Amino acid sequence: MLRYVFRRLLTAIPTLFVIVTVAFFLIRVAPGGPFNQERGLSPEIRANLEAQFGLNDPLWLQYVHYLGNLLRGSFGPSYNLPDFTVTELFAKGLPISVQLGTSALVLALVVGSILGTIAALNQNKIADYSVIALATAGSTIPTFVIAPVIQLVFGLSWKLLPIGGWGDGALINKVGPVLTLALPQIAIVARLMRGSMIESLRSHHIRTARALGLSDWSVVVKHALRGAVLPIVSFTGPAAAALLTGSIIVETIFSIPGVGRYFVDAALNRDYTLVMGTVVVIALFTIVFNLIVDLLYAVVDPRVRYD
Amino acid sequence: MTASETILSVKDLRVRFQTLDGTVEAVKGINIKVNAGETVAVVGESGSGKSQTMMAAMSLLSSNGEATGQVDYRGQNLLTMTKGELNKVRGRKISMIFQEPMTSLDPLYTIGNQLMEPIRRHRGLSGAAAREEALKLLKLVHIPDPERRMKSYPHEMSGGQRQRVMIAMALANDPDILIADEPTTALDVTIQAQILMLLAELQRKLGMAIVFITHDLGIVRRFADRVYVMRQGEVVEEGAAEALFVNPQHAYTKMLLAAEPTGSKAAPPANAPVLLEGRNVEVVFKIGGGFLGGEPLMLRAVDKISVRLKRNQTIGIVGESGSGKSTLGRALLRLLPSDGVIRFGDRDISEADRQAMRPLRRELQLVFQDPFGSLSPRMTVGQVITEGLLVHEPSLTGKQRDQRAVEALREVGLDPNARNRYPHEFSGGQRQRIAIARAMILKPKVVVLDEPTSALDRSVQKQIVELLRKLQADHELSYLFISHDLAVVRAMADYIIVMKQGKIVEEGPTQEIFDNPREAYTQTLMNAAIDSTRFRVSA
Repeated sequence: MLRYVFRRLLTAIPTLFVIVTVAFFLIRVAPGGPFNQERGLSPEIRANLEAQFGLNDPLWLQYVHYLGNLLRGSFGPSYNLPDFTVTELFAKGLPISVQLGTSALVLALVVGSILGTIAALNQNKIADYSVIALATAGSTIPTFVIAPVIQLVFGLSWKLLPIGGWGDGALINKVGPVLTLALPQIAIVARLMRGSMIESLRSHHIRTARALGLSDWSVVVKHALRGAVLPIVSFTGPAAAALLTGSIIVETIFSIPGVGRYFVDAALNRDYTLVMGTVVVIALFTIVFNLIVDLLYAVVDPRVRYD
Repeated sequence: MTASETILSVKDLRVRFQTLDGTVEAVKGINIKVNAGETVAVVGESGSGKSQTMMAAMSLLSSNGEATGQVDYRGQNLLTMTKGELNKVRGRKISMIFQEPMTSLDPLYTIGNQLMEPIRRHRGLSGAAAREEALKLLKLVHIPDPERRMKSYPHEMSGGQRQRVMIAMALANDPDILIADEPTTALDVTIQAQILMLLAELQRKLGMAIVFITHDLGIVRRFADRVYVMRQGEVVEEGAAEALFVNPQHAYTKMLLAAEPTGSKAAPPANAPVLLEGRNVEVVFKIGGGFLGGEPLMLRAVDKISVRLKRNQTIGIVGESGSGKSTLGRALLRLLPSDGVIRFGDRDISEADRQAMRPLRRELQLVFQDPFGSLSPRMTVGQVITEGLLVHEPSLTGKQRDQRAVEALREVGLDPNARNRYPHEFSGGQRQRIAIARAMILKPKVVVLDEPTSALDRSVQKQIVELLRKLQADHELSYLFISHDLAVVRAMADYIIVMKQGKIVEEGPTQEIFDNPREAYTQTLMNAAIDSTRFRVSA
């Protein structure tokens, strides 16, 4: 088991290297640079800035420098938010995005699994159709519609929630963004759970459990559910990586100072170092969560053993 | 067995399924009774409703099924019980084992955990006491090293062992009735015999009644006291087992009894030319390995085997699952990479690549076991069987191809109009005929038949055996007949090769192998093959 974890972490190194390399050159292929926006910089200042950040060096040299800094744990300064290093930006924003993402993920897994199970146990009955309808709505209504509706109903009309802002992490400020993040995920989890639970309920060992006169609770929870959560476990890996690294739509609409907006802002501004920073962070999250999920899978399913 | 009280009686039971094509009546008002301690067999071919009868009795029908009538267990109707009442009978008074030992246990829990569950549930024992009971049960069903097996997961056990665990679970609460739904069908012959012996032994010890649901008349003859013969949802004949075998009344029963494959094949003349020859054929599979994966595991599926197939000869290759018999068949047709020498006629084809093999393929044909999976569902039967002609005889016009399809279908006993229909419209036996027509249309010399009758009912099996015989006689074909079913091999082959773990255990003319098996393994195999011509073991 430990050997397996070690091996997986070892294979993560070449993976990360390839991702960093591809991302580094891809963003340079995009026309323009960090300092030729419509800010009216005088050519002299621009030349100075570019010289200071080493942007005049040949590309390969810049790449080698970047890799060197990365190995020392430095993402470099942000070009467009010049008072901050990329590391500082993440240190401030990432905990916020992670908090929101984790809450949304837990909410989605719990609610989605329950809804999916209820639907499966009542297949082709009212409860099932209601869950399917809800799931369809949840996955088709975009977040940029859900978020303003939540603001309108709960914030403006009923005055239960603040319309936006982080409020230094007050619980009440998190409700709106977490709900918005969770709804589409609830839909996905409910759908997945319904399908795998129906399949699980039809399996031969469930028939055995029934033939042995076991209680419904044991048949459904102990035998059917445990087998049915396996697809949910697999889904959790990529979903966690996506949710925990923030969402530009949710953070923009609710004015949350997370890292989600960096993805788009940095790319539009050719803020090379910030783009690279987000790429590395997302890649790391993805690798780590997939590893955790694979290990969890082995805990649930004894047929999967790593040694 | 003395006549004793009736403990289970099924009265006018009907089972209906709501399907997309409307209501299907699977069981049409049948009556069955089971007395304490006796063995009752419910016999029938697939679709006869024999399984659904017992599923209905146990309330295990799938959600679109509905049962009406009465299933009385000691005077209480199981069909009208609440779930709570029913769960006091299921697993306690009446228990059931199934056809699929590989999937009938929960893969996520240990054997011990699953065994203790019904004990705790029905007898309210504590953990430690239930554990003791579970261990006793594992010993009862002769699981070696029961202490260790308690901690094993189902995937760590063989099919035979899993079926033993299923039996242990079913007997955990000393039931009155054990319903065994084709309990040995999915197992190898030697394991089949062990499981049946175990059931007979347990019945002697514990005295429960057993209801055998089976298609296998050998089992019925050896074990059953009374028999119900079912066909299309109805009981067509019932009676004491001996009487039924000696003097069957209903035409269907007579047909079933006559469906046992009979006859034998004469060996080809000694000077008949050798068509297909393999010398020291070896197939090795590599398992695992790869990037940071460590050393791969080498599995020798076929280990230096030599075969000489003469014209008009049928070599039967028998062995249990995993013995390498199918792999050998594929290697000889060069469908798998192998070492050793393979000759077809006077050509060495050991090194022939795909390109070089292509023109030879028409003479070397293969028919598979699964008549459902091996025909493309999106092609008409005509397209399926003439596809090979497009490759091998491209000069034929569409009309000529169609004519060949008509001939081929006639030859395998199907209506030529079948060529405009799709495979799903045909039964298993008809599909196997289509698969045979697909091979025969190319006028091959050698046909490898890989378990061609194993997925079919006995009566259909017999027809396919007759068909294969006729084709062989008409065209001087050579067959490589791969099967685990010794009764069929005996009827088809003039020479037999017994395989185990990739090696030949014994080979020789059919008569010799059956009358005088030299190797211990062959003897076990022969004894295990439940031969209905042999008489029942007395209880």
